[in-house]
Amino acid sequence: MKNRLLWPLLALAALLLLNLAVTPSFFALRMQDGHLYGGLVDVLKNGAPTLLIALGMTLVIATRGIDLSVGAVAAIAGAVTCVHIGASGDAGTAFAGMALALVLCAVLGLWNGLLVAGLGIQPIIATLVLMTAGRGVAMLVTEGQIVTVNNTAYRQVGAGFVVLPISILISLLVLGLVAFATRRTALGVLIEAVGVNPEASRLAGVRSRTIIWTVYVFAAVCAGIAGLMISSNVSAADANNAGLWIEMDAILAVVIGGTSLAGGRYSLTGTLLGALIIQTLTTTVYTIGVAPEVTLVFKAVVVIAVCLVQAPKARAALSFRKVAVSS
Amino acid sequence: MLKKITTLASVVLLSAVTACGSGGGGGGTGSSGDTITMGFAQVGAESGWRTANTKSIQDEAKAAGIDLKFSDAQQKQENQIKAIRSYIQQKVSVIAFSPVVETGWDTVLLEAKRANIPVILTDRSIDSDDTSLYKTFLGSDFVEEGRRAGDWLVSNASGPTSVVELQGTTGAAPAIDRKKGFEEKIAAKPDIKVVASQTGDFTRSGGKQVMEAMLKSQPKIDVVYAHNDDMGLGAIEAIKAAGKVPGKDIKIITVDAVKDGMQALANGEINFIVECNPLLGKQLMDLAKKVVKGEEVPARVVTEEGTFTQEQAKAALPQRQY
Repeated sequence: MKNRLLWPLLALAALLLLNLAVTPSFFALRMQDGHLYGGLVDVLKNGAPTLLIALGMTLVIATRGIDLSVGAVAAIAGAVTCVHIGASGDAGTAFAGMALALVLCAVLGLWNGLLVAGLGIQPIIATLVLMTAGRGVAMLVTEGQIVTVNNTAYRQVGAGFVVLPISILISLLVLGLVAFATRRTALGVLIEAVGVNPEASRLAGVRSRTIIWTVYVFAAVCAGIAGLMISSNVSAADANNAGLWIEMDAILAVVIGGTSLAGGRYSLTGTLLGALIIQTLTTTVYTIGVAPEVTLVFKAVVVIAVCLVQAPKARAALSFRKVAVSS
Repeated sequence: MLKKITTLASVVLLSAVTACGSGGGGGGTGSSGDTITMGFAQVGAESGWRTANTKSIQDEAKAAGIDLKFSDAQQKQENQIKAIRSYIQQKVSVIAFSPVVETGWDTVLLEAKRANIPVILTDRSIDSDDTSLYKTFLGSDFVEEGRRAGDWLVSNASGPTSVVELQGTTGAAPAIDRKKGFEEKIAAKPDIKVVASQTGDFTRSGGKQVMEAMLKSQPKIDVVYAHNDDMGLGAIEAIKAAGKVPGKDIKIITVDAVKDGMQALANGEINFIVECNPLLGKQLMDLAKKVVKGEEVPARVVTEEGTFTQEQAKAALPQRQY
């Protein structure tokens, strides 16, 4: 397991070193108005939504599923909250709006769970429904406008700091809770069992359906919180662009972290590394000034390289070498 | 059982897709008699500017008695091409669209031409050698907008000035042209240098994230030139978080003049906005009527627009519609 995380860790280190080489001040941290300020802090802050969504995605993928609707759900959460807040600057209204949005997200998760666990539809198709329709719902809520709010309490979720960005603290808290709930109890093993063979685990007495249902609701709530972060970061709800393609980033983070799309065994630490790699990659593009025309190619090359060194054949070749050297 | 579920899934999916496709279309039933049917393929709703543009087109179509079929491409060319193809199949009287990107339109526009359906480009132009593919292009002159932004900077900058540029979506006409016009003008003053230029995809979060990174990688930033208000608004947030004062420590120039941008300009957080008028619905409907009748129209129609300083923004803000 340790060995499996080695490559993502090296990739992350390499990206950070590249930044350091081009911009020597990249690692510089200073206190600014009572919070940390610097390139690394940006990576954590902007990576928080991806990390949160990737956590939900990890559990879904572990059950041999996939959730494509997370980006749309994130957009809905931001839209509902901002429309609820409106012109109010009141903290109570902000919290009520956020609670409303998260309850709605849980309902959307139940819908996904119903399609997958209840009706047995292929996860990729079942969640595609909400991926397409969800953005429409968000547009309907905002009436196609970008809703700008001016609410100090709401700002804190995505742009606030308690020394570190509040958003990354939330994501790490959720990571800790998930790690505790799945690694300190039997839940993790049950999820993996469902992913390896749903039918066998059902016959063995595991309540496969309930577990699948739970992970989809969890993924949707994670997406909802991420949506709040994204919208709160700019104090506006943009139904069209909030969380656009974030489902792909999340899936990529999970895969880079060493979790197989075929279900079963998963790694939360791997997902954390995966999400950080993806955000560092984006920040790197801006920091070292890759021309916009070649940005996508640059990202593709890095992602392909990371995936290649993790491929079973490549790893086999590398470990064979090691054995040969040591003998 | 399995078959039933598959059928159910496909029905759900299909209804979801069609529900999106016809959003805001008004549910017309093809062209009948004298009513003009217009198929409009919008870019998306990526900014406040765009939604004002959409609303103007929808309102003016209603006022002019034109049956409007509206589609939202969500910033993807393939969606727009699909929408145009479906308009051709529905035999609408005229097709209008704002191309997401400049290139790759020849095939689908040739299909429209063969079906004898006139095409009007709005807001953004296309890059094609064959100008017979469309009747007219109604929209702003983006190069001129860039020039106006550049002019203001040239006459207001003193000493060496480092500029960072927040570009629009890579490959989009406004991004290419606003960059070009701006560079043209600042070339006159070698003191002004663009030290970094990145795309913020015309969105607030894009603008904020790019600006955050630039604030760390660039030792000195005097001016931000953002290709639209939304990216400029994102940059303001990033500048504040860095402990600097937007509008004073770092001057900001944007293009568009949507309400949120104008508010920031009036508050002194933005220094200069070049207007890009989205309310072209009326001009578009007039052109559509002429084109359908077969009358001659000029190949290029420019919308009316100006510029705003902070004082002008304070005066204009109360009457701002979008």
